[in-house]
Amino acid sequence: MMNAIDVHMLIRLIIAVVAAMAWVGINALVLVYCERKFAGHIQRRPGPFEVGPHGILQPLADGLKLMGKQLFRPAGADAFLFWLAPMLSLLPVLLLFLPIPYGPMLTAMNVSLGILLILAFSSLNVLALLLAGWSSNNKWGILGAARAVSQSVAYEIPLLLSVLAVTFMTGSFNLSAISTSQGAWPWQWNLMAQPLAFFIYLVSAFGETNRAPFDLAEAESELTAGFHTEYSSMGFGLFFMAEYAYMVVVCSVCTVLFLGGFRGPVADGWWWFLAKTYALLFLMIWVRWTYPRVRFDQLLNINWKWLLPLAVFNLLATAFVMKL
Amino acid sequence: MSAFRQNVIQPIIDLWSLIVGLKVTGKCFSQKLITVHYPRETIEDEDLDTYGGHVELVGKPKDPATPKCISCMMCVTNCPSRCLKVVKAKAPKLTAEQQEALAEAKARGEKVKKPRAPKTPQKFIYDYSLCSLCATCIENCPVHSLRFSHTMYWATTSREELKLDLLARLRRQARRKPRPAAKES
Amino acid sequence: MKRQYAGTDPLAGDFYTRQFEKDRGEHTLVVNMGPQHPSTHGVLRIVIEIDGEYILRADPVLGYLHRMQEKMGEVQTWGQYIPNMGRVDYGHPLAWNWAYVGAVEKLMGIQVPERAEYIRVITCELNRLTSHLLWWGAYILDLGAFTPIMYSFDDREMLLDILQRPTASRLTYGYFRVGGVRKDLDDRCIEMIKAFIPRFRSRLPMYKDLVTDNIILRKRVEDIGIIDRDMCRRYGCSGPVLRGAGEPYDLRRCEPYSIYDRFDFEIPTEETACSAGRYLVRMAEMEQSLRIIEQAVEGLAHAEGGHIMPKAPKPSMKPPKGEAYFAVEGARGKVGVYAVSEGKKVPYRIKLRSPSYSNLHAFAEAAQGTLLADAVATLGSLDLIIPEIDR
Repeated sequence: MMNAIDVHMLIRLIIAVVAAMAWVGINALVLVYCERKFAGHIQRRPGPFEVGPHGILQPLADGLKLMGKQLFRPAGADAFLFWLAPMLSLLPVLLLFLPIPYGPMLTAMNVSLGILLILAFSSLNVLALLLAGWSSNNKWGILGAARAVSQSVAYEIPLLLSVLAVTFMTGSFNLSAISTSQGAWPWQWNLMAQPLAFFIYLVSAFGETNRAPFDLAEAESELTAGFHTEYSSMGFGLFFMAEYAYMVVVCSVCTVLFLGGFRGPVADGWWWFLAKTYALLFLMIWVRWTYPRVRFDQLLNINWKWLLPLAVFNLLATAFVMKL
Repeated sequence: MSAFRQNVIQPIIDLWSLIVGLKVTGKCFSQKLITVHYPRETIEDEDLDTYGGHVELVGKPKDPATPKCISCMMCVTNCPSRCLKVVKAKAPKLTAEQQEALAEAKARGEKVKKPRAPKTPQKFIYDYSLCSLCATCIENCPVHSLRFSHTMYWATTSREELKLDLLARLRRQARRKPRPAAKES
Repeated sequence: MKRQYAGTDPLAGDFYTRQFEKDRGEHTLVVNMGPQHPSTHGVLRIVIEIDGEYILRADPVLGYLHRMQEKMGEVQTWGQYIPNMGRVDYGHPLAWNWAYVGAVEKLMGIQVPERAEYIRVITCELNRLTSHLLWWGAYILDLGAFTPIMYSFDDREMLLDILQRPTASRLTYGYFRVGGVRKDLDDRCIEMIKAFIPRFRSRLPMYKDLVTDNIILRKRVEDIGIIDRDMCRRYGCSGPVLRGAGEPYDLRRCEPYSIYDRFDFEIPTEETACSAGRYLVRMAEMEQSLRIIEQAVEGLAHAEGGHIMPKAPKPSMKPPKGEAYFAVEGARGKVGVYAVSEGKKVPYRIKLRSPSYSNLHAFAEAAQGTLLADAVATLGSLDLIIPEIDR
């Protein structure tokens, strides 16, 4: 027998997941457009301009084109795993949006261990990349998968440690609680108390989301396209959407942890949250269109020799200061 | 000290180079765009005047519909790509009466002058799909009857359309304008 | 039925893969980089054996873009062959123009007018700049940054606008003629060159800030792909590869052809012999090219003669019996043309010595023991133009 609260929760969950799906879709469209426009202007060209006014419908056209393409599976590929991988890449993303507080009352599920939920489910992405690379029976794919796994595993640790430093300060894993514990003005945010953690989080976020300059798993000039070399149509489309969704998640979490979440001058609310998240996303895009790619051993060196010791030091220092 | 320098100061300098990079791209982001939206905007004619498009014939100054060409075949023999085809005009056929008159004159021992073939070619076919735009024909034309056109925006869907009848083109140009160079094919 | 990987299946792969597979070690992977790989710029194919990401062996496979340029020389007249020279190396076609025209002039004993020499120097150096800019953008693109190529093409387009005025084309120039050049530089062209030089000088610091000083790029190219003097000697490398190994060998200075002995410029060298060395040599060469152009434009104003000698030979010329070799310094190294004449309208033999071909073969040795990403960095730093390799 289900009681009323359970049913209430279930409905709420379903609505939340559907909303998250829509949010992922919209974000992917908006971000693709923004990224291409931004890249265009950095390179002093207009970017997409033909579909719709100022090319605003370009991502939609791209999506339709992707859907219209043939789904192609190479000979010798493991069919089940090959098709499982893109879905596995996108599905956990939907869960990640649940505990994020967009506004004072705008949280899908106020989970007390929200940040842990996000970190746990985001790790599933690695599995998807590994399966994609391995099952497509392509040598470049395997190399890409191997890179993706070692990279994601490595960068999760400093990411986690920098998050821990913040939770030490606030004493909660609940993202809403972390948001409300910070003040409205920038000097009251965790960024001021934890600049090192913020920096480590940001760098690890680039590594976690496979964004340039850490996009080694899909380094097109080395591995043609890495793990998704053999994917066409929406198989590729799902990976693409997942990548943008992870970017949004990572930036949202960063906003909550370090930039005060929905808190902001004048009036708290989702507008502050969105503005901060998108500012971070633009930073990611800006970085991508500026730097060359690092080499794989350098990538791991940055992580193990710099970020990890710094993160541990930061955590210990935080613990020490908190204890005082 | 050097270890401190190497391990603490150097990484900070290195990181600063990344900020400098962001500054450069950020500056370019705020600057004006430099590209041309092709179908709506085109580049200035001045830049096109020196552009070497396909080869075209030059008309006589007094009669722009007829080319200066004297069918000497220098362009055809020198073309490395063999993309030009010139057919010389034939001598006009004589009617029976004219032939008789000619024969009579010959019989009378007069100096006979057979009608000559006109120098203007009958056909001047140019295959743009083969041409390598090397200007060899233009340079070797003794009467300067060939030149580069400034046709830049020309696209076709089939190879056949790239075969141009330059004589017809010249006639079209002569009809259309008194200007020396046309902009379209 | 599952298809087996090449190596276990005797029928899998083509001839080169099968030959390469014979020496394959245990637990290694043989992959084909190219002929359709994004960083091989066209259709170069490199078979590599990798252990993890470390390259054990590499072997370039050529011939995917073979167009029989040398054979074409034997069936066309001397003059008709000039347009081919624009197509051997699309990066720096005027060097090839010059090498061929120079060889023919040597055969015929022609003295080119002074003005023509100046024009040749100016256009050739401008073309060297376009070639280096193309390489610069494409190399950084290989290393993962997308934006610099757009900035370099911004400048390159201006150069192409300048070069379009005399040559009437933008990429594959067939501009030089035996005895001079096709068309004189007009006043507007000189004006544009004079305006371009300060503009480009002001752009170079931006290139340095954005790319050369960038720590990520420096770490990618420093001490990668060592091609030292000894290797250069063995493989016959020339151009920036050789100068990047510390050998100040530049034909413009060592065997001054044309009027290069009149100009004051330096031969930049780097002792490091790595990709970074070759990179820096090219960046420095751009500045030196600007210096040469500046001096040449000045000299052009009071140069004697026309842009082509009076009574220049027709395309159907017949050089006297004999043979001649003429080499010029291209953007990639020593560009040489060896021409044999039998006194006929058609050459008996044309041999093209392309620098990319020699430079490429050093790659196999330089790439051994490096990472896959380093292979891309090394390959890019050689500045290969594939049509020039296969000819």
